[in-house]
Amino acid sequence: MNALAPAGVSAAAFLDRYAARAGTNPSRDRAADMLRRTGLPRSGVEAWKYTSLRALGDVPFATAPATPDDAAVRAVLAEAGQVVGLDPDMRRAVFVNGRFDPSLSSLPDGVSVGRFQASDADADGDVASALNAILAEDGLVLRVAPGADAGRLLLLSIGVAEGTPISFHPRHRIELGQGAALSVLDLSVGRGAYLNNPVFDIAVGDGARLGHAKMQAEAPAAQHLAVVHAEIGAGGLYDSFTLTLGAALARHEVHVRLAAPGAVVHVNGAQLLDDRQHADLTSVITHAAPDCNSRQTVKNVLSGHARGVFQGKILVERVAQKTDGYQMNQALLLSDAAEIDAKPELEIYADDVRCSHGATVGALDPDQLFYLRSRGVAEHEARAMLVKAFLHDAVDLIGDEVLRATLDRAVESWWNRKDA
Amino acid sequence: MPAITETRDAVESLGQSTYKWGFETDIEMDLAPKGLNEDTIRLISRRKEEPEWLLDWRLKAFQAWQAMTEPGWAKVRHPPIDFQDAHYYAAPKKKAGPKSLEEVDPELLRTYEKLGIPLHEQAMLAGVEVPEGEEARPPVAVDAVFDSVSVVTTFRETLAKAGVIFCPISEAVRDHPDLVRRYLGSVVPVSDNFYAALNSAVFTDGSFVYVPRGVRCPMELSTYFRINARNTGQFERTLIVVEDGASVSYLEGCTAPMRDENQLHAAVVELVAMDDASIKYSTVQNWYPGDENGRGGIYNFVTKRGACRGARSKISWTQVETGSAITWKYPSCILQGDGAVGEFYSVAVTNNHQQADTGTKMIHLGRNTRSTIIAKTISAGQSDSTYRGLVRMMPKASGARNFTQCDSLLIGDRCGAHTVPYIESRNMTAKVEHEATTSKISEDQLFYCRQRGLSEEDAVGLIVNGFCKDVLKELPMEFAVEAQKLLQISLEGSVG
Repeated sequence: MNALAPAGVSAAAFLDRYAARAGTNPSRDRAADMLRRTGLPRSGVEAWKYTSLRALGDVPFATAPATPDDAAVRAVLAEAGQVVGLDPDMRRAVFVNGRFDPSLSSLPDGVSVGRFQASDADADGDVASALNAILAEDGLVLRVAPGADAGRLLLLSIGVAEGTPISFHPRHRIELGQGAALSVLDLSVGRGAYLNNPVFDIAVGDGARLGHAKMQAEAPAAQHLAVVHAEIGAGGLYDSFTLTLGAALARHEVHVRLAAPGAVVHVNGAQLLDDRQHADLTSVITHAAPDCNSRQTVKNVLSGHARGVFQGKILVERVAQKTDGYQMNQALLLSDAAEIDAKPELEIYADDVRCSHGATVGALDPDQLFYLRSRGVAEHEARAMLVKAFLHDAVDLIGDEVLRATLDRAVESWWNRKDA
Repeated sequence: MPAITETRDAVESLGQSTYKWGFETDIEMDLAPKGLNEDTIRLISRRKEEPEWLLDWRLKAFQAWQAMTEPGWAKVRHPPIDFQDAHYYAAPKKKAGPKSLEEVDPELLRTYEKLGIPLHEQAMLAGVEVPEGEEARPPVAVDAVFDSVSVVTTFRETLAKAGVIFCPISEAVRDHPDLVRRYLGSVVPVSDNFYAALNSAVFTDGSFVYVPRGVRCPMELSTYFRINARNTGQFERTLIVVEDGASVSYLEGCTAPMRDENQLHAAVVELVAMDDASIKYSTVQNWYPGDENGRGGIYNFVTKRGACRGARSKISWTQVETGSAITWKYPSCILQGDGAVGEFYSVAVTNNHQQADTGTKMIHLGRNTRSTIIAKTISAGQSDSTYRGLVRMMPKASGARNFTQCDSLLIGDRCGAHTVPYIESRNMTAKVEHEATTSKISEDQLFYCRQRGLSEEDAVGLIVNGFCKDVLKELPMEFAVEAQKLLQISLEGSVG
């Protein structure tokens, strides 16, 4: 409505890197046009009200060198394995600085894997996707045949930047045929100053089930800008969870379309932030068919000067009668300087629906602390118990038990490290 | 069940017509030429015999306004407004300035009589008009604003005895310049937003209330706004200042004739509450909503804000929004004083092609401040209704508390109901709770009522009244009855 959107931050550094391939793909050119026109958003644009990408405009991110430092990669990998307790037998696809590394990967049987095709890139109108579209090189293309159960797959992103800040923009595509099943553990770790900008295009076929447990544990100086576009078929399930632990600036953006009757989506998550971390979870769940069901529980635990952002929208289109939508955001502020900004939003055009949302913000309940203290539990232990219990409620919603246990361990070790 | 009988009677008495306030008063008007520029503002200021400082203030606002663009974030659609195509001053031609009711143009008095606004102090006091079997109502002091000017303010002497100032703001500028100058624009600055800046530049009249220290205002105060003239906008300005330990309850009502064109209403209301003061501000907004095809109606773009400056001060907004083609309105509270309390109770009903984007802002600055938000939204026909609210806990708001509840009811499958809350907390000991639901009238409830012999329309009315009860019970009694009827009428034709 308002044509005079606030001028954004210049995306010139990124567009310069794109100049060499300009004109090779119309959808990439469209994305470049959009970035040139609007720039990177700073807070003030409604969709980016609480998160500014000003920091990105200041850094001249370079393309990652062709061969990464092998020792650094192995060190990061070992550290990640220690913290999360990765199952060494789990099939895995490993990307180093955004490029597929066959030597570290072992792909499951019955799954066809391809490399990213430039023709796949499409901006879909959001800035993070547009940025990905112009600079995407590599990515996983994973198709699970109808009826097949592909088990579990670890999708591991390792970022290693020595000195010069680098950025990488992997573009993944996951398609599940009718009745197929797959669980993905999506883990990103790293070292140094880099920008990881992954985009997922996900299609869940009729009756198919996709579990997507994401754990973002990027390096403290890193930035993480992820987007998921998912479309769910009749009776399909997309069970997603995003655990945000790392990066100085992070945004995870989810766009889900429940496209046929009976589709179900879970967009759950937890943020554990400290110091001056800023993390944003933004989701738009569109009910585009009748009888669909969406569930969202997001919890934030914020210490230090951390800032947590939650923007969740449930859009119920005219046709989507008998929609059942539920959204809950709970934030726990553990320090005086922490900040939470929440915007749970309902946009509803159908009348026969049941939609509700709730949001709470507060500190640890003094009564609960007192109860534990009066039973001889030490203060810091009592706090740990309450915080972990608060988070457990959210992590417990992950359907796949192995992924659930992995994320539970990650929460546990994050807290212990912080507590030490 | 007298409530039902009453609502049903109200609807029956209206027959098919939906907006009974849509008549036009034929009265000689004094109009400023169309258009908006510095000359218009100088003309308004001259007509109102204003001091220099106020003209400067207006011109500053006008400059700010020229540099601003219309806000685009609200969930409303309308064709661009031509701000040059309206009269910014319209006043009934007056003879010598009425001193008492007898001197007021009888045509005007008839208008208010038709609207059911009591302007006759004597009759009211004697209780002559009270039908048998009903208790006499306590008197209400009324400031009646007709287009750009205040026509009459009742009970002024009674109020003056208590030390309460209640008069048109133009008069307050003359008689109490220090008070006006000190508080005008102190809550809503001239450059606050597009429509507030416009209002500051061209506001013509409105009410001024001052309640001195320790005084409990002896009666309810009320302003009644009426747009009558064609091609005019109404820009009234209300300023209420309540000193330490004082309190006041203020009611606001409004109507306009039925016209095919859209008219702009951009008001500003400023409230100031000092230590232990309390202000209760109730609105029944019933501007002409346009016809069933969305032609005509008032654009109601209003800035209302209260500052709880003092410790333990309290501001309570209650609104029933049934009229207007478009409503854009966010009565807010700035809770500065420690232990200050802000409340917002709202019912917004949209039908046909109406659009409403309304809600509140609660800005918690002081320690142990508390706020409560109860918003009920009802959408029918092809209308769109949005609750948009902000709760912000600033770093010093230790122990602050907010509770928000938003419920939406959809009637029919061509309307929309939206909830857009913003929650921002920067204090760990502050506690915020928000909950919202959206649903339709349950078949079970409807069946239960129908089974007991209620028509579908009555049943819906009953259920809607129940849905809104938490808000309606906050209204003063006279308004509550009126509001119940209005709800029923607004939803007429939305079922079956």
